[in-house]
Amino acid sequence: MKTILEMRRIRKTFPGVVALDNVNLQVKSGEIHAIVGENGAGKSTLMKVLSGVYPHGSYSGEIEFEGKIREFRTIRDSEKTGIIIIHQELALVPLLSIAENIFLGNEPSSWGIVDWELAQSKTHELLKKVGLSESPETLITNLGVGKQQLIEIAKALCKDVKLLILDEPTASLNESDSDALLTLLLGLKEQGISSILISHKLNEISRVADTITILRDGTTVDSFDCRIDPISEDRIIENMVGREMADRYPRRNPEIGEIIFEIKDWRVFHPEHATREVIKGINFHAKKGEIIGIAGLMGSGRTELAMSIFGRSYGQHISGRAIKNGHDIDVSNISKAINHGIAYVTEDRKSLGLLLEEDIQTNVSLANLNGVSRHLIIDEGREFEVASDYRNKLKIRCSGINQKVVNLSGGNQQKVVLAKWLFSKPDILILDEPSRGIDVGAKYEIYSIISDLASQGKCIIMISSEMPELLGMCDRIYVMNEGSFAAEFSKADATQEKIMRAIVSHSEMPDQTATITTATVHYGEHYGS
Amino acid sequence: MEVKRTHAVPVSQPHKTTVTPIQNSSNNNDKNTTNFIKTALREYGMMLSLLIIMVFFQYMTDGTLLQPLNITNLILQNSYIVIMALGMLMVIVAGHIDLSVGSVVGFIGALAAVLIVNFQLNFILASIICLITGAVIGAAQGYFIAFFKIPAFIVTLAGMLIFKGLTLALLEGQSIGPFPDGFQMLSSGFLPDPIGNTDFHVFSLVIGIIAAIALLLSKIIQRIRHTKHGIHTEPFYFFIAKNGSFAGIVFYFSYLLASYKGMPNVLAVMSVLIIAYTFITNRTVLGRRVYAVGGNEKAARLSGIKTARVSFTTFVNMGMLAALAGLIFAARLNTATPKAGSGFELDVIAACFIGGASASGGVGKVMGAVIGAFIMGVMNNGMSIMGIGIDYQQVIKGLVLLAAVFIDVLNKNKAL
Repeated sequence: MKTILEMRRIRKTFPGVVALDNVNLQVKSGEIHAIVGENGAGKSTLMKVLSGVYPHGSYSGEIEFEGKIREFRTIRDSEKTGIIIIHQELALVPLLSIAENIFLGNEPSSWGIVDWELAQSKTHELLKKVGLSESPETLITNLGVGKQQLIEIAKALCKDVKLLILDEPTASLNESDSDALLTLLLGLKEQGISSILISHKLNEISRVADTITILRDGTTVDSFDCRIDPISEDRIIENMVGREMADRYPRRNPEIGEIIFEIKDWRVFHPEHATREVIKGINFHAKKGEIIGIAGLMGSGRTELAMSIFGRSYGQHISGRAIKNGHDIDVSNISKAINHGIAYVTEDRKSLGLLLEEDIQTNVSLANLNGVSRHLIIDEGREFEVASDYRNKLKIRCSGINQKVVNLSGGNQQKVVLAKWLFSKPDILILDEPSRGIDVGAKYEIYSIISDLASQGKCIIMISSEMPELLGMCDRIYVMNEGSFAAEFSKADATQEKIMRAIVSHSEMPDQTATITTATVHYGEHYGS
Repeated sequence: MEVKRTHAVPVSQPHKTTVTPIQNSSNNNDKNTTNFIKTALREYGMMLSLLIIMVFFQYMTDGTLLQPLNITNLILQNSYIVIMALGMLMVIVAGHIDLSVGSVVGFIGALAAVLIVNFQLNFILASIICLITGAVIGAAQGYFIAFFKIPAFIVTLAGMLIFKGLTLALLEGQSIGPFPDGFQMLSSGFLPDPIGNTDFHVFSLVIGIIAAIALLLSKIIQRIRHTKHGIHTEPFYFFIAKNGSFAGIVFYFSYLLASYKGMPNVLAVMSVLIIAYTFITNRTVLGRRVYAVGGNEKAARLSGIKTARVSFTTFVNMGMLAALAGLIFAARLNTATPKAGSGFELDVIAACFIGGASASGGVGKVMGAVIGAFIMGVMNNGMSIMGIGIDYQQVIKGLVLLAAVFIDVLNKNKAL
């Protein structure tokens, strides 16, 4: 098979840091080439070198594409040769239509006048290719993230792509959307389009990849052909982290006490559409020292449930009871919820969790300013001590407490958010996707922190899209679908298959809600024991 | 930029980590010092610019700029801008803007004139009514901005038109004045001199000395506290040099003022307000919340901060300070005119941005805004003395605003 791309001895430095050193990458024509590595291993930097974001001359080494040495100075240069990169953050304009987005900067025109009819009909074809049936005039903002990702690919196809680079395309997709995307990639491969897939998710890689290259600390450490060697997840993980990974989850001996938190008949309506019920009468309970999990697809209402409980920060016309230690509590606004010992660690730490331009200290004290102040005056010394304490406890890696959080890695940012909520002294900690966008090593640390908290007697509610994570961490798992709980499993009898089945069968047979409601009434009887 | 770091490693498991080859410890010290100088430059760059601008005009005006009379005038001329900049800074940090302050200055001046001159109301009572009115104006605008999420730009643009119109209506297109002497003292009076020397105002000098010593002491106490808690402090020589020169400057200016008519009342009011607002923004829970709301409103709300209430408070505060500025301005002119306050909002907003506040909120310091206001003030004053026409004065001021923000942006990009 022909080699379409070869990158040789790539070295790229930033002031004070060697980001890439002696990286070699060889992509064959018509294959799916996966690049894996921890956050900070240099994957994205390498792709920026390839696509001309870092122009020729700012790195050393050579790039050979389709048999010619290439010296890209801008992204346009690389796009002209057929290398197209789709970044993690999608580059679509929300208030423009699909057709307008696909032809953005590339409009079919003569004398500066755009031929929209041509654009529409071409868009129609492209959408068919990526398996979408939307009208070309639909606005991007009305599409889900999964479909937007497919639009990005359609945009790439429109530019006559030869090598498609996808930077963590499924990071924010649920399983069915990820599945559609991966199927599409396999379809493109049939048409002879090569792709480079950067991903954290090993199950996806083992499904589609023909070749895998592993980067660690800016160097290629391993590269192998999956069509020859069978894929071994252990081999990949070992190479990624440079160590053997015996356990991906910390061992814990749960000491589960009595019920401390209960939600009864919780109903929430959509904030903009007053008649749309988003949460449809949910009941659940959580015990002291217990980690409960909430599984479900994205859009099933997990985040909405959590945020509506947390001081009605989502939705309207919320009804239902929140009970803590046997008493009804008022969680009608966020500060009341915090005062009742509820904390919610958001899934979107950058836009909902952190003051990115502020330092660690300021972020840690934010949810409990009274804890570091007297008579409304902040005691900076006390604040500093608190932040330093959490820095040590949670092993936040930083140059100092006064470092801005925007400069921390994803894992360390997540620890800062955790520290903020731990300092609010919660009894009930709701964690929404606590390990999203965090590399393998840092994940383990986050898991350890979570299990420590449970053993201190806190009650943890963990929302996650990654089933292995829920199975590895939780004592009990609820499965959520379309605003209600479809099933409940104890740790002993939960498996990925059962959870998946609960999701699928629930959405096919709406009647089942009835049986589930009876099941949930059943939990109520535990109460008070 | 990708930065390498050592791996997170579960205890007791074997691991190998590669340490970044470039960073070796020998140049760490050097790097710390350059880093420190960089941050210091960024922090005190504005103050340095003000000094340079003053030296420049001192030279260009053959020493007129720093003459006691001119310094006193400079303070009187800029006091209302500085006072409003304090409120505007909080509004901008919270992520909003207030375009109405100029009109509010005019309106409050008119109100004061009607109450004091036409209705013969006691001027203290009238001033209190005016301050309350200012707060109510701020509350009314803040209500729409904070609780209905209407952009501040639009609400205060409406306010600008409304209060400009109401000023005209209240004054019926005429100027009203003069004010009684007691009211004029607010702006043109000087602190009394109990020590009783007519040529040299020892009392003002004493206040200056006390202020300089208080400044030094508070900085020393702060440094001791920081060191006790293990908070990183600046190098000792720098600490001494910096605060020594601050104290020196305070002493020098009080000496200049003492050799003319002493310390203006307005300066006393202004100083108290500057200290109070510095404290509020740096050390109080309210101040921290303002920064949090401007930095990331959603994250602040999810941390239990009542963000709408915080924004509302900043506008009430702004309205009250605009009213105070209106009183001072009316007292200074000794008459209320329909044109009073027009264009002030631009100077006030420019002062905040020159002083390093960010238009997207979350960033900005009280001292920055004060220095920004004085940079504008010194340039106005200096260029007038040099005889530059009002036309080119505006051009130059515009360029300075652009340059200040441009340098700030460059600095920040480099800091990444």
